[in-house]
Amino acid sequence: MLMKLMSSSIGRKILMALSGLFLVVFLTQHFLINITSVFSENLFNTLSHFMGNNPLVQFLLQPVLIFGVIFHFVMGFYLEILNAKSRTKNYSKYSGSSNASWISRNMIFSGGVILLFLVLHFIDFWIPEMNYKYVEALPQDPNRYFEELVHKFESPLRTFIYSISFIFLALHLLHGFSSSFKTVGVNSKYYDLIQKATFIFSVAIPLGFIFIAIFHNLTS
Amino acid sequence: MKLFLKIWRQSNVDSDGNFQNYEIEDITPDMSFLEMMDVLNEKLIVEGLDPVAFDHDCREGICGSCSLFINGRAHGPDTGITTCQLHMRKFKDGDSIVIEPFRASSFPVIKDLVVDRTSFDRIQHSGGYISINTSGNTQDANTIPVRKEDADNAFDAATCIGCGACVAACKNASAMLFVSAKVSQFSYLPQGKVEAKERVLNMVKQMDEEGFGNCTNTGACEVECPKGISIKNIARMNNEYLKAKF
Repeated sequence: MLMKLMSSSIGRKILMALSGLFLVVFLTQHFLINITSVFSENLFNTLSHFMGNNPLVQFLLQPVLIFGVIFHFVMGFYLEILNAKSRTKNYSKYSGSSNASWISRNMIFSGGVILLFLVLHFIDFWIPEMNYKYVEALPQDPNRYFEELVHKFESPLRTFIYSISFIFLALHLLHGFSSSFKTVGVNSKYYDLIQKATFIFSVAIPLGFIFIAIFHNLTS
Repeated sequence: MKLFLKIWRQSNVDSDGNFQNYEIEDITPDMSFLEMMDVLNEKLIVEGLDPVAFDHDCREGICGSCSLFINGRAHGPDTGITTCQLHMRKFKDGDSIVIEPFRASSFPVIKDLVVDRTSFDRIQHSGGYISINTSGNTQDANTIPVRKEDADNAFDAATCIGCGACVAACKNASAMLFVSAKVSQFSYLPQGKVEAKERVLNMVKQMDEEGFGNCTNTGACEVECPKGISIKNIARMNNEYLKAKF
């Protein structure tokens, strides 16, 4: 089925949209766990320990997530290259802002910033976590997660970089969320609802992540 | 009005083109943009120079022949019009105007501002029709009931004149608005449903073979479309495509 869809322009768009929607689901789950760190250290530790040690999450969902992330980025750059071939001679004057938003025309740019952020995020959290569990195989400590999180956000520079990255995430979502639904062919009668949901989700989730980062920076 | 024109000149499909500058005077605000081009060409002919080639036919916004990219926009600085409906009152005395052909790998420049849009014809030939003999024995349209909403949507999609402004305006040179309009105009109606599956698969296949880009839903196409074809048609085509594919 994957190859069947990859062979056509609409198919590639649909795969891009589906991987984006999958990442939206992951983002929601990530946010819901992280926000607990603001009001309950114990709950955050419990949920993090579960996510970090449950075999289903670790050995099924995590590889699927990593595949989804890589697929979304690789497809994004691949489609950008294909699109560049569709207009080999550019306009000398092109007034893109007169008919389309900056956000929609620069998804590759906002996506690129998010990719750089993900590299930093993996270095900050994922690689140390993998090292802790599988390389050094240190003993289980269900209460370490909150302290590790707070420790990271003691740095004002890291808090600032994360906050800026979340703004780019918001920009990416403001177009990508609703665009994904259109791409998978959601009927036009739901357009207004999708636009409203896009705005609420794209502002609320990144703003929530910024709040968590700043909260821990200020209270650490 | 006195205007400073910067126009793309290219002698044929194989040659490298370049911009040339022209000054033109005595242009009145009531002239259409193409009439301004006519005045320029008369001047060039009198001077013994090669006139600027540009596409035009009906000059009343119906045929979809005119195709200029003016000051960074398909069909110029207005919405819901073709170039022939653009008037010089949209410009000021002393303005500089950049005039380019529609740019897309699937729309090669034939000469100056004229591009080859037969890729659209080939997409149409691949499925933009219903296989019914309508010569001389057409039955009354009202014998098959059609929901008013569906009839309106089909009609709106059918107003596409195939000018290619959607491709020209799209940052990806995607033809999805054009193809989706041609798919939708049939898919809303009972006569079109019979061949819906083959139509969408064949037209999308042909669109891909022509080398058009991928749609990223920026919406530039529907803003620049002279007939206001809605981008909702693209979602509808995606839906049709998914149903046909699986």
